[in-house]
Amino acid sequence: MNLWKNIILFALIFLITSGPSIQAQTLSGEQILERVDNNYGSDNKIMVATMVIHGRRGSREVTSKTWVKGDDRSFTEYLAPPREKGTKMLKLGDQLWMFSPSTDRTIQISGHMLRQSVMGSDLSYEDMMEDPKLQNMYNAQVISEETYMDRPCWVLELTSLKEDIAYHSRKIWVDKERYVVLKEDRFAKGGKLLKTTEVKKVEQIDDRWVPTHALFKDVLKNGEGTEFRVESMEFNAEIPEYIFTKAALRR
Amino acid sequence: MTLFKLAFKNLLGAGIRTWLNVVVLSLSFVVIIWMQGLYKGMNNQAVTSTIDVIYAGGQYWQESYDPYDPLTLQDAHGVLPDELKSLIKKEEATALLIIQGTAYPQGRMMNLLIKGIAPDQKIISIPSHFLDKETKDIPAVIGTRMSESTGLKKGDTVTLRWRDANGTFDARDATIVQVMRTTVQTIDQGQIWVPLERLRELSRMEGEATLVIVDKDIANPSKTEGWEFKSLDFLLQDIKQLVQTKTAGASIFYVILLLLAMLAIFNTQVLSIFRRRKEIGTLMAIGFTRAKVIWLFTIEGAMHAVLAALVAALYGIPFLTWFSKTGWSLPESVDSYGFAIGEKLFPVYSAGLVIGTTVLVLVVTTIVSFIPTRKIAKLKPTDALRGKSS
Repeated sequence: MNLWKNIILFALIFLITSGPSIQAQTLSGEQILERVDNNYGSDNKIMVATMVIHGRRGSREVTSKTWVKGDDRSFTEYLAPPREKGTKMLKLGDQLWMFSPSTDRTIQISGHMLRQSVMGSDLSYEDMMEDPKLQNMYNAQVISEETYMDRPCWVLELTSLKEDIAYHSRKIWVDKERYVVLKEDRFAKGGKLLKTTEVKKVEQIDDRWVPTHALFKDVLKNGEGTEFRVESMEFNAEIPEYIFTKAALRR
Repeated sequence: MTLFKLAFKNLLGAGIRTWLNVVVLSLSFVVIIWMQGLYKGMNNQAVTSTIDVIYAGGQYWQESYDPYDPLTLQDAHGVLPDELKSLIKKEEATALLIIQGTAYPQGRMMNLLIKGIAPDQKIISIPSHFLDKETKDIPAVIGTRMSESTGLKKGDTVTLRWRDANGTFDARDATIVQVMRTTVQTIDQGQIWVPLERLRELSRMEGEATLVIVDKDIANPSKTEGWEFKSLDFLLQDIKQLVQTKTAGASIFYVILLLLAMLAIFNTQVLSIFRRRKEIGTLMAIGFTRAKVIWLFTIEGAMHAVLAALVAALYGIPFLTWFSKTGWSLPESVDSYGFAIGEKLFPVYSAGLVIGTTVLVLVVTTIVSFIPTRKIAKLKPTDALRGKSS
């Protein structure tokens, strides 16, 4: 009886410890990316998030509510601080509009303006315009396995599939069990590291594992980066169509 | 002739009153010529240096290029047509490729224009030969203003980031090989100069350019599809308009100066007609017609301007000559006005300017001198002889 107990215990330990590595051998980079996209992707979602922007003169918090439908439509309304309250952004495909209540004007963000940072953060408007599905943009290859934040991870090297992708290559650390990207490095075509993302906290929302606290950093720039905290997230929520119209910016 | 002699004698006879008027009027002369000279010098300096360093004989712009609309810049590049390639080959033109980028001096983020220029070009006076260096990093030249705002000095390295023709980010380090000193802000502030071929290769814009600058001696540039030739008249429009606006603003000052001088002359004329009624009566009694007397007084008034011109020449010529040689040291803040003047402004006085000003003052003085003399026409010789006004 004791022998059987030991065999079962050994088998369990073996399965728990070796399980992910068996998966690593069986799952290709593309399959991992697909699961990452599936985990986070949704037909629509509503999210309230706070950005903590660390600057040279201190930190400030910007809270926003975002409605997302599909891969190419999103609407963001800034809720705080009072200075930014009422500022709205609408993304439709590859176009981005911004409404500022102080000027009572809607402007299209394009050209060099896309390179400006969003509310002084380490994120640019260009970053917001990216296709959220990694498998549409990158070829993935598992290059190693590492432990990050006490989680076993695959380290994937992503190389752009097409020529018009903003970041030529990326390196991502994907949680083997939750299929969440826990760390990401974005590189320029010449190989220079441009931006990093480090996930600090992952939570389960509606059967999905969602990074709810992350740190974005433009590594070429001095500073402590920008924290991004998800306050609430609702998947597959009902979102009226009028939200994704330019008229909604002025409402 | 008698009238002129008589007028001259009367004028000198008035003594201090005449000389006071003459000095005030001569000041107007000198100040007007001096200020006009300053504006002319400003225009000349700005035009000459801008032509030397960026416009040369004119520019061909790629059809999407609009320097006043930064949104067009990312599409403003194209493959050079054969006509322009042959001009460049004959060293009669040079190509510029301009892309938007970001620099990270000391970890700060700064949007800028990355301009590619052939290191061996001789069309514009930019020290591009410094870019002819085989280095691992991109060799780069910046202006003194850019150096000041970024804190970058010769030998420093800065990371540049840009998007290539397909929109993919690339970033490389650039080493500042030279900091150029230029009066023209349009080649300095917010930009960095790198070798053309290197930029073409890194931005995936092989054989492309944003604009082509042609040599000063190219008379009639040919028409090229997709590229529009911009003549110097067009390119220098802004500078000329700016100078015109400033000159128009300054003319208010001339008007005030002239008004003061004319007021003095008008007063003198009114006073002398009042005080010299007996003389007017006597002149009429000995056979002077009213018109002749009016002429005499008008000539007397106008002669103030002639004397003022002579006095102005006496101290004005040495002063203006000295000033045109030493120039006017400008405060540093002038540099931020966007006007390519430099540290010193050298006025330019042309013959047209001097003659024009002299004629203007003479005509205005004559008119102002004539107006009070109309009163003489109403004088009765008998009343005038008794010192009475009619």
